[in-house]
Amino acid sequence: MRTKWHWLLLMLVAGVLTLAAAGCGGDDDDEGAAGTTAAETEDGEASGGTLVFASSADPVVLDGALVSDGESLRAIDQMFEGLVTLSGGGTDIEPALAESWEASDDGLAWTFQLREGVTFHDGEPFNAEAVCFNFDRWYNFSGPLQNPSASYYWQTVFGGFAKPEEGSPEDSLYESCEATDEFTVVLNLTKASSSFLGALALTNFTIASPKALEEFGADEGTVDEETGFRPTGTYGTEHPVGTGPFQFESWTRGDRLVMTRYEDYWGDKAKIDELIFRPISDNAARLQALQAGEIQGYDLVEPQDIPTIEGDENLQILDRPAFNIGYVGINQATAPLDQLEVRQAIAHALNRQEVVDQFYAGRGEVAHQFQPPDLFGYADEVTEYDYDPERAQELLEQAGVETPLKLTFCYPTDVSRPYMPDPPRNFEALAANLNAAGFEITPKAAPWSPDYLGMVDEGNCPLYLLGWTGDYADPDNFIGTFFQSPQKAWGFENQELFDKLDEAEAETDEDTRIGLYQEANQLIADFVPGVPYVHTEPALAFAACVEGYEPSPVSLEPFSLVSLEGC
Amino acid sequence: MLRFVVRRLLLLVPILVGLSILVFLWIRILPGGPAQALLGERGTDEQEAQIERQYGLDEPVHVQYWKYVQTVAQGDFGDSIATRQPVAEELKQKFPATIELALAAMLFSIAFGIPLGFFAAKKYGTPFDHASLVVSLLGISIPIFFLAIILKYVFAVKLGWLPTVGRISVLIDLEHPTNFYVLDAIIAGDLGALWDVLKHLVLPAVALGSIPLAVIARITRAAVLDVQNEDYVRTARAKGVSPRLVDTRHVLRNALLPIATIIGLQTGLLLSGAVLTETVFAWPGLGTWLVNAIRVRDFPVLQGGILFVSIVFVLVNLVVDVMYAIINPRIRYS
Repeated sequence: MRTKWHWLLLMLVAGVLTLAAAGCGGDDDDEGAAGTTAAETEDGEASGGTLVFASSADPVVLDGALVSDGESLRAIDQMFEGLVTLSGGGTDIEPALAESWEASDDGLAWTFQLREGVTFHDGEPFNAEAVCFNFDRWYNFSGPLQNPSASYYWQTVFGGFAKPEEGSPEDSLYESCEATDEFTVVLNLTKASSSFLGALALTNFTIASPKALEEFGADEGTVDEETGFRPTGTYGTEHPVGTGPFQFESWTRGDRLVMTRYEDYWGDKAKIDELIFRPISDNAARLQALQAGEIQGYDLVEPQDIPTIEGDENLQILDRPAFNIGYVGINQATAPLDQLEVRQAIAHALNRQEVVDQFYAGRGEVAHQFQPPDLFGYADEVTEYDYDPERAQELLEQAGVETPLKLTFCYPTDVSRPYMPDPPRNFEALAANLNAAGFEITPKAAPWSPDYLGMVDEGNCPLYLLGWTGDYADPDNFIGTFFQSPQKAWGFENQELFDKLDEAEAETDEDTRIGLYQEANQLIADFVPGVPYVHTEPALAFAACVEGYEPSPVSLEPFSLVSLEGC
Repeated sequence: MLRFVVRRLLLLVPILVGLSILVFLWIRILPGGPAQALLGERGTDEQEAQIERQYGLDEPVHVQYWKYVQTVAQGDFGDSIATRQPVAEELKQKFPATIELALAAMLFSIAFGIPLGFFAAKKYGTPFDHASLVVSLLGISIPIFFLAIILKYVFAVKLGWLPTVGRISVLIDLEHPTNFYVLDAIIAGDLGALWDVLKHLVLPAVALGSIPLAVIARITRAAVLDVQNEDYVRTARAKGVSPRLVDTRHVLRNALLPIATIIGLQTGLLLSGAVLTETVFAWPGLGTWLVNAIRVRDFPVLQGGILFVSIVFVLVNLVVDVMYAIINPRIRYS
């Protein structure tokens, strides 16, 4: 008996010591400490090395047509290309797989001249048929693929499908695709649309290899009553095939997504050999992994971490241009918020400058319109509501409401959005402003998703904090999304505004269209459906030696430009 | 004994039925649903309604439950709404990760906790005893995430000895037949990978094991103090048995019963404690998986995952009960 227990204890201690030794002995190998290997090969030729980038989550699936989450799109972006793209770091539309394009006079037919000599990663040629194959695939989605959780962006941009299921949108902007010769494609639309071209730059409309889509069953699956669509194909998980500078290598969920340089890429080849996306959901963990050298970069840096990163000479911060808006939403279904004076009073009561100065670590600017200033359609001049609590009181008196006016103000917890890093603090400051200007605020907090969003969407919040980050460079994606049709969250019907935005969306003449959106922004500023208060520049963090990463307002950021030569 | 085990296993059935109903109702009572979670700021009412129809969430709860029971009875936990992967498939990847972590944490806490408690009791009232009390108090009271951040800062950021996230370096390729990475590395005969996997285990295991370590140390100390004054210990000493033999054969063996109980309980708790540790160390296990499922209202994952964890919890407790009988022959189950 005695020996038995001795042995047990001994083994336990030995086990632990092994573990401890395993931890402490790693001084000599730098595996964990530095993932980059931008080294000289023996013949003196520089190899590109491996870049490890921390994503905040795994992609859902690597099929642009079926996702809407940022992490899927980030990965798909590296492997796929669309007909058009956006200028590096900007929002101008530029050629990608299409070299040029033109719209017919009625705006219904768009002719794209395709790039020649492009091949998919599986060696298949890229041509007009491949483009039409993709568009027809999207348009002919059936059953659960028409679910907005899958084809959200098709529905947002093009509307309906060839055979709409119950509940799907009826009308489609898309009519047909014609391959008029090997490298010419005509896309026919059912009505003129101007936001269409900008939307084609979305990662969701990138072109996949028709052969791979069919061979690996991209749309195959069984429908099961309880859980809906069950994909059976392996296209989106094991065989995504595009034309981009990186090609798919392997994907282990929860661990890594590995992509390698595509050697036959038509344009400038990627500088690094290998790109790895590693999911780390916790913000502090991402920062520490970067400090420890296990990753070379990550997105969504928290404002409070910025000074730490800036103070570390081995790290750098990159700013993404402002392409978002944070606002205080007003629900006019709650009286007396349907009175213009009351809404104006709210706008005058809020000290936006103070909130932006205090809670955005120098990365915010005060907003006056519901879209970023750099995006076309931003009005030169709109009615502005300066911080003026006395004026707010006067307006409330004019409106004939009893002061203090009691209002419920909702805000989310457990969330950090680019336009709202710390919602409770924003709320506290804004609520204090209102309380000092003749209002009496009742706070109502809820976890962000889905509780808070549900509450706001259902119209249960008279005042609320919310915001938006643009998907593509068109005012339609900002003020069109907010104000083109009645929504429970806003609770108003303003036909003049709805009509103006419809007109602007349909207009194909660029200058006229800009003018229409400017007018719409003026109408909105006068109508005060809510109070925009901030545009922010979200930050990315990288190891100081990483060069060439170009932050884009819409997060279309090619890793093919990145080099590790300084590492 | 066999009858006892069978009876306990049969008891699993009503427990699981009751639990599944509770989980099923509870997640549906929470405000918001998968539709809003999936679409975020961007969802319109029509789109949300369409998703609910798609997943059958617009049907009455009892109808949904009945359909669910039917599919589960066929051994199918359904698909995750968020990742579109079969829940069973995800479980197969996540569960070994958590078990591997929990085992490492348990190993750590037992290996340090029992000696710490034992020697504290032997040196009762000395500075060592007081120090051990302080250590265990710290272990219990420091929040796991804080300890984790400190550990990572010291051993990874400053010293560069250990990695901060994940189960294996992303630069190492390893086949995963079992998803227990230590085993996988041994099967592959890849010493480099094994070394790397062990290094990745150290900090999470220490962070997760800190609370059980403290608890085990304190229980051991109390139990040893208790047993030390028993008559049979005095008798053994009086008849000239060597002090070491008295300690191991009489004191420690008899003190083991409460220690085993607490180890069993702590093992169950480790499964829940793993949630925080997994998040901070980006450890792709059950904890992060379930927390994320709650956040996005991934009903099939929650239903399947919680059911599975409950089964494991009940089984662990059963094993502990059986262990009692082995450690203490006086205990008889019938």
